Amino acid sequence: MRVPGSVIVAGIVATLMILAAIVAPAIAPYDPTDMATYNLIDSELPPVWTGEGDARFPLGTDNQGRDLLSAIIYGARVSVGIGGAAVLLAATIGVSLGLLAGYFGGWIDAVVMRAGDIIMSFPTILLALLVSGLARALMPDGGSVGWTPFILIGAIAIHDWVQYARTVRAAAMVEGAKDYVKAARVIGLPGRRIMLHHILPNVMSPVLVIATINLAGAVLTEATLSFLGVGMPPNYPSLGTLIRIGNEFVFSGIWWIALFPAITLVILVLAVNMVGDHLRDRFNPKLRGRS
Amino acid sequence: MLAVTAVAFLMFRYVGDPVRAMAREDSSVEERQELARALGLDQPVAVQYGKFVARVVALDFGISYRNHRPVAALIGERLPATLEIVFVATVLALAFGVPLGVLCALRPDGLAARAVQAVSLIGISTPTFVVGIALILVFAVTLKVLPSFGRGEVVTLGWWTTGFLTPSGIASLVLPSVTLCLFQMTLIMRLVRSEMIDVLSTDYIRFARARGLPRRYIHFKLALRNALMPVITVTGLQIGSLVAFAIVTETVFQWPGMGLLFIQAIYFVDIPVMAAYLLFVGFLFVFLNTVVDVLYALVDPRLRVRS
Repeated sequence: MRVPGSVIVAGIVATLMILAAIVAPAIAPYDPTDMATYNLIDSELPPVWTGEGDARFPLGTDNQGRDLLSAIIYGARVSVGIGGAAVLLAATIGVSLGLLAGYFGGWIDAVVMRAGDIIMSFPTILLALLVSGLARALMPDGGSVGWTPFILIGAIAIHDWVQYARTVRAAAMVEGAKDYVKAARVIGLPGRRIMLHHILPNVMSPVLVIATINLAGAVLTEATLSFLGVGMPPNYPSLGTLIRIGNEFVFSGIWWIALFPAITLVILVLAVNMVGDHLRDRFNPKLRGRS
Repeated sequence: MLAVTAVAFLMFRYVGDPVRAMAREDSSVEERQELARALGLDQPVAVQYGKFVARVVALDFGISYRNHRPVAALIGERLPATLEIVFVATVLALAFGVPLGVLCALRPDGLAARAVQAVSLIGISTPTFVVGIALILVFAVTLKVLPSFGRGEVVTLGWWTTGFLTPSGIASLVLPSVTLCLFQMTLIMRLVRSEMIDVLSTDYIRFARARGLPRRYIHFKLALRNALMPVITVTGLQIGSLVAFAIVTETVFQWPGMGLLFIQAIYFVDIPVMAAYLLFVGFLFVFLNTVVDVLYALVDPRLRVRS
């Protein structure tokens, strides 16, 4: 199957952005987490091409004189990091539970799948808000900054694991009935070994497809939570936090603080989505055209 | 016939799930609530849960920790605002999503269809709040034609306050509801498109074409009607998610609805408000499921015969 040009472009864009996010300290002109680099005199400078900007800050500065370009690169790092970790956590939980449910069936299957149904009947964002709200309520220090990324990761993963579990369960049931698994059972291999070494490799490709699509969703959910003010704090911002900061200044005509992080976020999510859509169509032509 | 009974059975199971979801969720909130208070009351959880349910049935959700007012009154105040934008957003999403989907299905390679497809891909990748901010930037800050926050003037009808009856109320509705409807519209459009393509390739459509029936009749009377079935389901179920997404929209536009109430409850760890909101959403999901099932029977004669 030929890969359409747009998908190749999307793939390159997504890879570049994720790479840029990973090596953020090496390419960002300033360290936005280091308050010593802020200078209030430089605050709210517009982008360089408007004529009123400063060459030191190509995309302008925010309300505290923080270089916007650096803040965006670091913000993308936080967004991708949290999104990636959430996908990893969700995939680990989902794949393990799906394997157990599919291989053993019976009550494990029933409990896992019912739990999944219940979780899926709530929208992601509501569940994530609820989890982060409760986490903050339960923590004695009111959910200190250090914990926030982990709360966010958990809040996103709690909804997303269900998809992996459902897919892996179905695949594991199919694989489990095949002769090679029966043979493995006959020679007395333990269930753990059969699941990990025989069934798991054969159900991995749909998992990778779901993970790609989920990455886009997880980055969006994180951005939304941060935007709503229950995510990353302003001194360690993600893209969502930057947009939240910028939103307060939109009315005073200072559009760049909100606009550039927003564009970055949209391009990142769009690129990952396009790659994910293509992978999904490729692995399962039946799903083509469905959202 | 077997298939229809299976579908009915599945539907009933599906309707049942949110009910259980509701019970589980609120019992856990109840438990956590006790934990948070560090009281651990002597009564067993079951008794507490029973009392909680009894109070909920009487619409007594307790008193908000922050506002020191009964939660039921707070929700009652905020409910109309949220329902109004959700209603307008759903209508808009259907009004634009269905025709665009049909367009894409009828001329899949046409220029218009490709443009719509590309826009829809951008649409699902753009978070709601970015859309909201962009609209504010364009229509409220730059063009200064539409208000960007609040509900404008509202008219009170009994306990219901509406923004439909004043010019400023309607103007305030525009931006939030457009923001809210965009994602929904994309979803409906993609669904209508794929369903239409499926239906158009069936034998009875080919037969209708062979009979020389007018194209309009085939497309809109025969094909669209059958393609709309899943659209009804998705739209109905998505209204629940719209209420959840309204949290984001309401924050952007400072819309005094339930979402804003919930977000504030989270900031201030206002457990009774959080619990009540959750119960409301759970109830809404059950309610919508039921409505969708009833609509199914009305739209699809095949299901009516069985019951």
